[in-house]
Amino acid sequence: MKPTDISSPDYFHKVVDCQWACPAHTPVPEYIRLIAAGRYSDAYMVNWHSNVFPGILGRTCDRPCEPACRRGRVEEEPVAICRLKRVAADNKGEVLSRMPEIPSERNGKRIACVGAGPASMTVARDLAPLGYEIHVFDGAAKPGGFIRQQIPRFRLPEEVIDEECGFALDRGGVVSHMNRRVDSLKALLAEGYDAVFVGSGAPRGRELDVPGRKEAAANIHLGIDWLASVSFGHVKSIGKRVIVLGGGNTAMDCCRSARRLGGEEVKVVVRSGFEEMKASPWEKEDAMHEGIPILNFLVPKEVLHDNGRLTGMVFEKVAAQYDEKGRRSLLPTGEPDVTIECDDVLVAIGQENAFPWIERDAGIEFDRWGLPKLDTETLQSTDPRVFFGGDAAFGPKNIIWAVAHGHQAAVSIDLFCKGEDVKVRPAPDVRIASQKMGIHEWAYDNAVSLDLRYKVPQLPAEKALRDITAEVELGYDREMAYLETQRCLNCDVQTVFTAKACIECDACVDICPTDCITFTENGEEEELRTRLKAPAVNTYQDLYVQDGLKTGRVMVKDEDVCLHCGMCAERCPTGAWDMQKFLLETAKPKAHACHSR
Amino acid sequence: MSYLPKPKLHHPKLPTNAIGLTRRDYEGAISTLCAGCGHDSISAAIIQACFNLSLPPHRVAKLSGIGCSSKTPTYFLGAAHGFNSVHGRMPSVLTGAYLANRDLIYLGVSGDGDSASIGFGQFAHSIRRGVNMTYIVENNGVYGLTKGQFSATSDKGSVAKKGNVNTDQPIDLAAIAVQLGATFVARSFSGDKEQLVPLIEAALLHEGSAFIDVLSPCVAFNNHPGSTKSYDYVREHNDALNRLDVMLPRQEITASYAPGALTEVVQHDGTILRLRKLHDGHDPTDRASAMHYLMERKAAGEIVTGLIYVEPEAKPLHQNLGTVAAALNSLGDADLCPGVDALERINASLR
Repeated sequence: MKPTDISSPDYFHKVVDCQWACPAHTPVPEYIRLIAAGRYSDAYMVNWHSNVFPGILGRTCDRPCEPACRRGRVEEEPVAICRLKRVAADNKGEVLSRMPEIPSERNGKRIACVGAGPASMTVARDLAPLGYEIHVFDGAAKPGGFIRQQIPRFRLPEEVIDEECGFALDRGGVVSHMNRRVDSLKALLAEGYDAVFVGSGAPRGRELDVPGRKEAAANIHLGIDWLASVSFGHVKSIGKRVIVLGGGNTAMDCCRSARRLGGEEVKVVVRSGFEEMKASPWEKEDAMHEGIPILNFLVPKEVLHDNGRLTGMVFEKVAAQYDEKGRRSLLPTGEPDVTIECDDVLVAIGQENAFPWIERDAGIEFDRWGLPKLDTETLQSTDPRVFFGGDAAFGPKNIIWAVAHGHQAAVSIDLFCKGEDVKVRPAPDVRIASQKMGIHEWAYDNAVSLDLRYKVPQLPAEKALRDITAEVELGYDREMAYLETQRCLNCDVQTVFTAKACIECDACVDICPTDCITFTENGEEEELRTRLKAPAVNTYQDLYVQDGLKTGRVMVKDEDVCLHCGMCAERCPTGAWDMQKFLLETAKPKAHACHSR
Repeated sequence: MSYLPKPKLHHPKLPTNAIGLTRRDYEGAISTLCAGCGHDSISAAIIQACFNLSLPPHRVAKLSGIGCSSKTPTYFLGAAHGFNSVHGRMPSVLTGAYLANRDLIYLGVSGDGDSASIGFGQFAHSIRRGVNMTYIVENNGVYGLTKGQFSATSDKGSVAKKGNVNTDQPIDLAAIAVQLGATFVARSFSGDKEQLVPLIEAALLHEGSAFIDVLSPCVAFNNHPGSTKSYDYVREHNDALNRLDVMLPRQEITASYAPGALTEVVQHDGTILRLRKLHDGHDPTDRASAMHYLMERKAAGEIVTGLIYVEPEAKPLHQNLGTVAAALNSLGDADLCPGVDALERINASLR
């Protein structure tokens, strides 16, 4: 293998599994250490710079970081990254003064953002400090989009939404046009904006197409619309027996909301198997914890009604079959159909994009799935002035992806407005610094905690079910949060090897608790992986290879299960190993107004 | 030294041996020796060898004297019996323990000061008597604990860290062990575990006095250009005799070698020591030739490593003494004090 080029920012970035997995590349270990130090406001700001909505995401994020967390590979469960983020938000002090100033002098450029969801708000937050004048349009009375309308209050209190939308929109430089739905892109473009960002989401719930659907329409509701009505207080009750169709997180929000509005027998029915459901495991757990059964492998066949009054639904039993290519199909088992009686049905079987307001001749090309044709890096559409982000760009994803798109689009818009090539992307801000303070003294806490993941305290179910606005999760208190922070392995503190200082004494090999380090003859990667001190079977994780040793061997470190405990560096007599903190911040629009430094 | 214990978390695929233990189960406390000390690598090699042989840690007794090397038993086999004796007196304490309980596996760990100076006589007699033990000298050629004076194994002409030149003749412990009748003699290097681990395994299996001289660079005081026991010097002058594979009884033999390239030594317990020869003209079962070879290579400035000499039909001390098969410490009062009649019979036989 060729020696690893550690000067490429991607190499060490990938070692920080959580940050690499986060679409917005939040420097997770950095903020976890700040929480451990009791520096909650600092931890909040690290988050705010990267993901804009720490309080909201700390409760609702899909947490791609957690399945990626290295801790999950050396122990049972990952660090509770998401809930630690909430701790930073819950305990922060005054942070407004730390946010970049909005200059009173504008740069003369006007940007329109369609929709006031997380993607648009991120664009606004990133661009306003540079002097842009941002106009945000939304049909609703308050900003937030999906965050405000579809996420139930028992998961996300309204104050948290208000505060963080305020940080993005109400500090100046942004004109919010609420209650104003954009119904023509052509008209909007005609208003002379320098660029338009479309962050209008995937606003249409997928329909259920079975016999009886139309006749019993009065008691069949589309999940996302129903959640919005609940959120706005238009809907205050539901029947005693409720069927929720669908296996995603929206279905979980629907069933748990129904349980709080009078639903006594609420059942979730999914086509697929329980394991393949799209909902996050913890959301399924929370639903089941509230006494909601999840019935799987049932395909809706018919809606039963009595002269238009909904009485129940019929489902066909299916089983998953896999062909030789591993593709799954759901085939009827031939068992008798299942009938479930109910008073209401909530349909949460998916969302679709819809752009009725974009004229077909407005210059925006769409693909055959009805999604805009975009450059995946710049998010620029076929009209160079128009950029897309969030669910509107590539279909329904989640909040953290919307934020990531927002940053990407903000960079593009800034380049575009300056007349620069949007394809020439600014490099991320990378810093790497030794953590050595003395003999076996490091600037980070390198002791490895053996504690198992701490459970987030919850409101007792009987209390939680009585009030739809009572937040179920209480969040960690400071003490529990501290203990949970200690489970973080500090994967951003990198093991950096200098071959010319090495005397090949094997001290690092002997001390490494997870057998990551091997000194051996070089070879091709595939073969090399088999003859390391512990076979390196996780090919997603890189091998760190350095040559230039006196014996002609190479140092090979399997990054997979390194605990970043620093023992190799402590036992190294010559300082060939050093522990260096790698801090990467993704590129933000020029002038770095929204950078943490 | 490190202040923190080695984290308990381990590689998820860490293998277990025949008795269900992982290699980590054979570790001890974290080392307090200087970072980079060769002794730590020897500890790691002992851990690996005991794991490979699936030794139950509580059936091992580790004994040592005084010095950096003699601290190391704390850093391996935390669940074994341990005895940290007076300076240079490990061999007699080990001999006593062996006499009292022949059922344990005895591992003596010593250094060049402990064995070649203050305990030289003890070393000689334990070897000479054929105590069933593995005697490892962690040989760094300096007194590390007292800041790097020459030890009795420092080569003549080698230079101390501050520039003094050694004028005394060195003691070659391996050569002396051969001469004293050790039935297993090897030399190795802390920086070459591929060679060292099988040698330790074979020594642990050997029924007789097994001696291994392990060159172990002192990073603090003897790892500089004038040293003959530095990492660089030993690597440059290492003249390996052979590569050893230890085959346990009934283990299937799969690899094949060209004729003449291989010597197989079947030990008393059925273990096979398979030696891949790297040198012609050396027969590891011929004591005189082994002595000669050591002298010859030394004159050429080479450091001979590998299995130097082995006597497959070794007789350990208990066999020579004709003691009972059971460990003496397990005998009950009735066996130890058979009564007046028995005494009468013995006395009568001597009249």
